[in-house]
Amino acid sequence: MSAASNPVITETRGVRVLLIALACLFLGVVLVLPLAVVVGEALAKGLGAWWAAIDEPNALAALRLTLTAAAIAVPANLVFGVCAAWAVAKFEFKGKQLLITLIDLPFAVSPVIAGLIYVLLFGAHGWFGPALAAHDLKVIFAVPGIVLATVFVTFPFVARELIPVMQAQGSDEEEVAATLGASGWQTFWRVTLPNIKWALLYGVILCNARAMGEFGAVSVVSGHIRGLTNTLPLHVEILYNEYNFVAAFATASLLMLLALITLVLKSLVEARAAAAARAAHKAREHNS
Amino acid sequence: MTKFRLALLSALTVAVSAHADVTLLNVSYDPTRELYAEYNAAFAKHWQAAGGEAITINQSHGGSGKQARAVIDGLEADVVTLGLAYDIDAIADKGGLLPKDWQKAHPYNSTPYTSTIVLLVRKGNPKGIKDWNDLTRDGVAVITPNPKTSGGARWNYLAAWAYGRETLGSDAAARDFVAKLFKNVAVLDTGARGATTTFAERGIGDVLITWENEAYLAQKELGADAFEIVTPSLSILAEPPVAVVDKVAGKHGTLQAAQAYIDYLYSKEGQEIAARNFYRPRDPEVAAKYAARFKDTRLVTVDEAFGGWARAHAEHFADGALFDQIFDGR
Repeated sequence: MSAASNPVITETRGVRVLLIALACLFLGVVLVLPLAVVVGEALAKGLGAWWAAIDEPNALAALRLTLTAAAIAVPANLVFGVCAAWAVAKFEFKGKQLLITLIDLPFAVSPVIAGLIYVLLFGAHGWFGPALAAHDLKVIFAVPGIVLATVFVTFPFVARELIPVMQAQGSDEEEVAATLGASGWQTFWRVTLPNIKWALLYGVILCNARAMGEFGAVSVVSGHIRGLTNTLPLHVEILYNEYNFVAAFATASLLMLLALITLVLKSLVEARAAAAARAAHKAREHNS
Repeated sequence: MTKFRLALLSALTVAVSAHADVTLLNVSYDPTRELYAEYNAAFAKHWQAAGGEAITINQSHGGSGKQARAVIDGLEADVVTLGLAYDIDAIADKGGLLPKDWQKAHPYNSTPYTSTIVLLVRKGNPKGIKDWNDLTRDGVAVITPNPKTSGGARWNYLAAWAYGRETLGSDAAARDFVAKLFKNVAVLDTGARGATTTFAERGIGDVLITWENEAYLAQKELGADAFEIVTPSLSILAEPPVAVVDKVAGKHGTLQAAQAYIDYLYSKEGQEIAARNFYRPRDPEVAAKYAARFKDTRLVTVDEAFGGWARAHAEHFADGALFDQIFDGR
């Protein structure tokens, strides 16, 4: 589409080129350059050194822990997010505003504070500390604490994606389903879920990206025990502090790879969602 | 039959190894990473040779004060090897995890190795830094971590103070001297390793005040020809202490192994490993062997110069104490 054929564009060609160039330059310096540096540093001593840094017990343990934390945090937030969005979008009740505010809390609170909350709750001198110690249960400085901190910081992603979609759709279709005699569960599977599936997937992907990349909150509750309570981001910091730059960047590149996979999935989902929306639109036009 | 025997055998080995595995967690401070990586391997061999079980030693590193806080909050350390006695005192006082007189449990005030505070400058010493007084000159950018968060930084600060008092004659003059020095501080990192990275990797500042072992390590890891170590005319005897965390090790059933872990630090092999990793060994023989590495200079102790850590903390590092006054007045 050229400018001449699009009457909406009033800027001259020069202005447009300048704006696009500025945007590209900014992206290049802020996003692409650092990524290139990470890859460059990771491969500074060749593929062999890169692989040696990844194929190492502590790095693999960190990878396993990061994936474990994400594997627990993402489904937990998926279930919670659907419930919360359902409640907010489909029902009127007292305290609804409060619930919406609470969902946003993890976005507003600094991750370090989020970590400290768990130390205050589950630490040896925290609220539940003595009770946990009496049953020899460990929460902070162990895997449960890391999972909890991850759940906390990734809490809003799914709900935040779903609420606007569900609010826009209203509850007409569900009401129809109910008048036709569908049970609540049937309504959810056959009516609600198909309507929100792309938004849901998108929320899950964002949630997963954050879960794997979280540093601050996890750092506070980790205890930094090598091979036991270090996640990938923490492992990167440790290696860097040990002057082990190639290994640090190799691990960082692994994290980056996970992020890139997430991003590719995200754009696939977006494309599929757009296609689905177009198809639905066409079908509606055809019917009317 | 063979199959059965094999299965039996493997079941037995699993049972044996499950029984035999002992795990220790050593919660340590930043600069000891390389030291304990080497020491843990040596100790595991020694322990098994002496008839002990297979032993795994896990490590956690971070700023000394932060690590002490984590142990108090429930990080289950069997042994702690921290940057200064004050931090283990905190574990005894606030956590109640070991007796208050823990420092008497092992020789030399429970510090198997020592270090001191030196100055690391860039190749050729372009600013001509020879001693502490050069750090207060105009146009000299100093890198040191924050004494509020870093054990190493407290030693740095006290070493400068001791020098100021010695050369200028009074605590009041020392205070002005340290205040002037901190006016030249360009970046105040939270930990010793962060400060080293700022100076060596990011190339900020003319001089880094740091542990002797950290300075040697920076030279070794980042290029011997990039930096020079300047040992000042007077410095402080830094005593990083070690302790068994009785309550935790008792709960884990690892008291014996933890005790042996600390004891072995005092052996010839342990002292050799410390010296190889640039810590000053206590053992006179090992010290003599590595004498060329560790420059002779006048070293004062915290006890004689500052009346012990409790007093030094109250006077200098507590909220609103001398460091805060100096730093706020910057």
